[in-house]
Order: sequence, then structure tokens, then C-alpha cells
Amino acid sequence: MLERDLVIVGAGPAGMAAAVSAYEHGARDILLLERDQYLGGILNQCIHTGFGLNYFKEVLTGPEYADRFIKKVRAIDKIEVSLKSIAVHLTQDKILTFIKPGAIQKIKARALIMATGARERTREMIHIPGDRPAGVFSAGLAQKLINIEGLLPGKVAVIVGSGDIGLIMARRFILEGAKVKAVIEIQKQSRGLMRNVVQCVEDFGIPFYLSHKISRIYGKNRVERVDVVKVDENLEEIPGSKFQIECDTVLVSVGLIPENELMEMAGTPSIPGLFVCGNASKIYDLVDSATRDSEKAGKMAAEYLRNSR
Amino acid sequence: MIKNLICIECPKSCALALDIENCRVVKVSGNQCPKGEDYGKAEIENPLRILTATVLCQGLSLKMAPVRTDKPIPKAKIQEAVSEIRKMRIGRVVQSGDILARDFLGLGVNLIATRECG
Ligand SMILES: Cc1cc2nc3c(=O)[nH]c(=O)nc-3n(C[C@H](O)[C@H](O)[C@H](O)COP(=O)(O)OP(=O)(O)OC[C@H]3O[C@@H](n4cnc5c(N)ncnc54)[C@H](O)[C@@H]3O)c2cc1C
Repeated sequence: MLERDLVIVGAGPAGMAAAVSAYEHGARDILLLERDQYLGGILNQCIHTGFGLNYFKEVLTGPEYADRFIKKVRAIDKIEVSLKSIAVHLTQDKILTFIKPGAIQKIKARALIMATGARERTREMIHIPGDRPAGVFSAGLAQKLINIEGLLPGKVAVIVGSGDIGLIMARRFILEGAKVKAVIEIQKQSRGLMRNVVQCVEDFGIPFYLSHKISRIYGKNRVERVDVVKVDENLEEIPGSKFQIECDTVLVSVGLIPENELMEMAGTPSIPGLFVCGNASKIYDLVDSATRDSEKAGKMAAEYLRNSR
Repeated sequence: MIKNLICIECPKSCALALDIENCRVVKVSGNQCPKGEDYGKAEIENPLRILTATVLCQGLSLKMAPVRTDKPIPKAKIQEAVSEIRKMRIGRVVQSGDILARDFLGLGVNLIATRECG
């Protein structure tokens, strides 16, 4: 079986920062796996500004931030990048299986960094009752459809949850010529940053309902309307507060969950030489902090390799 | 008159208090850095935003190229700028930072690509 010193799964900002830092701390045989056809991870679809203020002391968009690290990774010949390569299995001995076009490969990693990012929570996880029509999207998926695929997933949207992705998508929908009828948040305060409330919601006069929730979705084939109710301190529905909004799209922006299926597959919670960083370890609001922590993971992996020789 | 605003220059989201006389900001407080002062003044006298959007590519491996203005533009010009961007097409390889439209709409800013598109 092929053996590699360091295998990194995921080439978002976390995986790229870990790779560069592992190299800087002495690792010389690094394989960086990415299932997508590009490096950069979620940053490629985050075309808005707000990245890099701490790390680069500049205001960058997601793709610009990614570009800086892509250039660093590409400049180091000891980092082998394998695109369209999805890791599908992991054992306790750090034997990793991945699939790439035309091949299944098994490699034994002496050290391993998981930088697989996060996935979005879905409608199912917040239990919105009602019909199951087309037109309900997670906000990050809608972001990918618009910014990467150039497809507008709806014309009149209601946004559930005030996470940053939802707020950013409110503005994006409007700039693309769609309508946003409301942003609805069950808590008393916005979950997203105030700066996003200001420049994405207030700038466009979008009604922002705090302490409200969607209690039902209606629609035969496509979403037609939603019920909205006000909630009390205990998040219970206040009787008589119900009103309806007509829309063809519901965007759900209710948070992210670390993606670590491969580690669950391997079984034990702690495997010597396995490190986790970026959104796969905990959800970061700011990419700068994810980068910094991932640099530490890269350094630790390099040290582990040195000490285990 | 005192007006309260949230600064959007960075994630700190400072709560600014603006002292306004005759539509001019005479004093900004609550900011933790000089950017807050500039933002507070601009927000009352001529609100500005960096515009980010996408442009359709033709004959390239990417379908959409992300773009932005290299400096903020007046908020009032955003709709016009978006309509102009929607008409544009990119048919050649561009690098992140390449200028796609110089002095965009006569606003004294450039429209730049934010991702390498090959
Ligand atoms: C919509 C949105 C808006 C944001 N806005 C801001 C902002 O304005 N400012 C800011 O500082 N931060 C922002 N963030 C946060 C920041 O972008 C994240 O913290 C950061 O991108 C996390 O990086 P990551 O590398 O951990 O994850 P990702 O960028 O998600 O990268 C994970 C990578 O792993 C790959 N992968 C996953 N599983 C496998 C597998 N099995 N095999 C191979 N590859 C795999 C994925 O394809 C992906 O490329 C935002 C985040 C989101 C989602």
C-alpha cells in the first residue's frame, strides 16, 4: 500500500493553511485531497467582502482570500494537490480510501489532517411543518446556485433564520432582481453580524421579524406561501399573531454543523497523528481565525511526524 | 442631533454616535478605529458600499466570474451598476485583480475580477 507522510482532506482555507504551515514546519511529503475541481472550498461562493481583515489587514472577498492561499500552495512543490478526489473511508490505522476519476486509491497516512468543512442544517432539522413543495433551499445552496452556477433559484423569497449566510443571500437575491419579503428569526436578536443586518437587510428595506417563526409552508408543486407567527420568551407561538406571506422560495439559514463522517467511521474519538481543523472542528464566523488555528494543526502534524520517526 | 449607527467596516460592528448639524457630521464617537469616523461621516453625507456581483463567462471553464468595485460607490448608484454588470460578458482568461471596466460608470472606481477564470 502507498504510504504518505501527511494527507490532508479538504482544500478550503483550513486545509490550505494547514498544508502550507506543515511544509513550513518541516513536512516534505504532503498530499492535499479536494473533492471539488478547484481549491478554495466555501470561499469560492462567498463573493461578498469581509474576509481577511485580521490576517491580511485588507478587506477581501472570499475568492480573493482563497487566491492568496492557492498561490502559496501552488508554489510549494512538496504539496501534491489532487482535485476531484473524495475521501470515502478511514480506519483507525489512518488508512484512507479516496475516489478520483477512474480510480479508487487506498493510502496509509503517517499523519492526517481533516479539514472537511461543514454542512448546512436543513429544514428537516428545525421541523417546519406543512407541504413539501419545491422551492425550499438552504441558504448556502442558493448561494452556490447563484454565484457559481449563475442560476436564480426563485423570484420572491422569505428567509428563515438570520445567520450570516441568510443575510448575505437577502442582498444577493435583490441585486439579482428577485424580491425578498422578509427575514424571520425566532430569537430576539440577529444571529448574524450587525454589519450584515445593516448592509444586507436595512439597506434594502427588507422587513426583519425578530421573535417570529415560520409555522407552516404551503404549496402544491412550488412554494406558494408561508404562515408566520410571533413567539414569546419560551419560543412558544403567541395565539392570534399569525399572518401569511406569499412567496415562491424559502431560504433556510439556520447554521452549520461540522462535517466529520470519516472520523465517525474510524470509530475511536482520538487517533494518534490525526488532527482536525477549520469548520470541521468547530464553526468559525471568521475565516481569519480558521486559518490561524489550521496553521497550528499543520505545525502539530509536522511535529508529530518528526517525533514519530 | 445625535444619530446612532452601527459601523460595518469590520466584524467588530462598533456602535457609533454621530453628532449631526445641518446634514453634516461634526463629531463621531464610539468608534474603535479611524475607519469608524470615515464610515460615520460618509454614511450621513454620501453613503458608500463596495459592490460585489458576478459576470457571465463565455467559452471559459468557469460559468460565473465574481467581480467587485475596487473602491466603494454611492449606494444610490448600486442598481444602475448592477444592471450594467448584468450586460457584461467575459470571454478571455482573467486573473484575480484584473480590471474589467476602468472608471466604471464614470464613478472613479474600477470593476475588477476577484477570481482567476480560465
Ligand atoms: C456562506 C458563508 C459566508 C461566510 N462569510 C464570511 C465572512 O464574511 N467573513 C469571514 O471571515 N468568514 C466568513 N465565513 C466563514 C469562513 O468562510 C469559514 O470559516 C471558512 O471558509 C471555513 O473553512 P474550511 O476550510 O474549514 O471549510 P470549507 O471552506 O468548507 O472547506 C472544506 C473543503 O473540504 C472539501 N471536502 C469535504 N469533504 C471532503 C471529502 N470527503 N473528500 C475531499 N474533500 C472534501 C470540500 O469540498 C471543501 O472544499 C462564511 C462562511 C459561509 C459558509
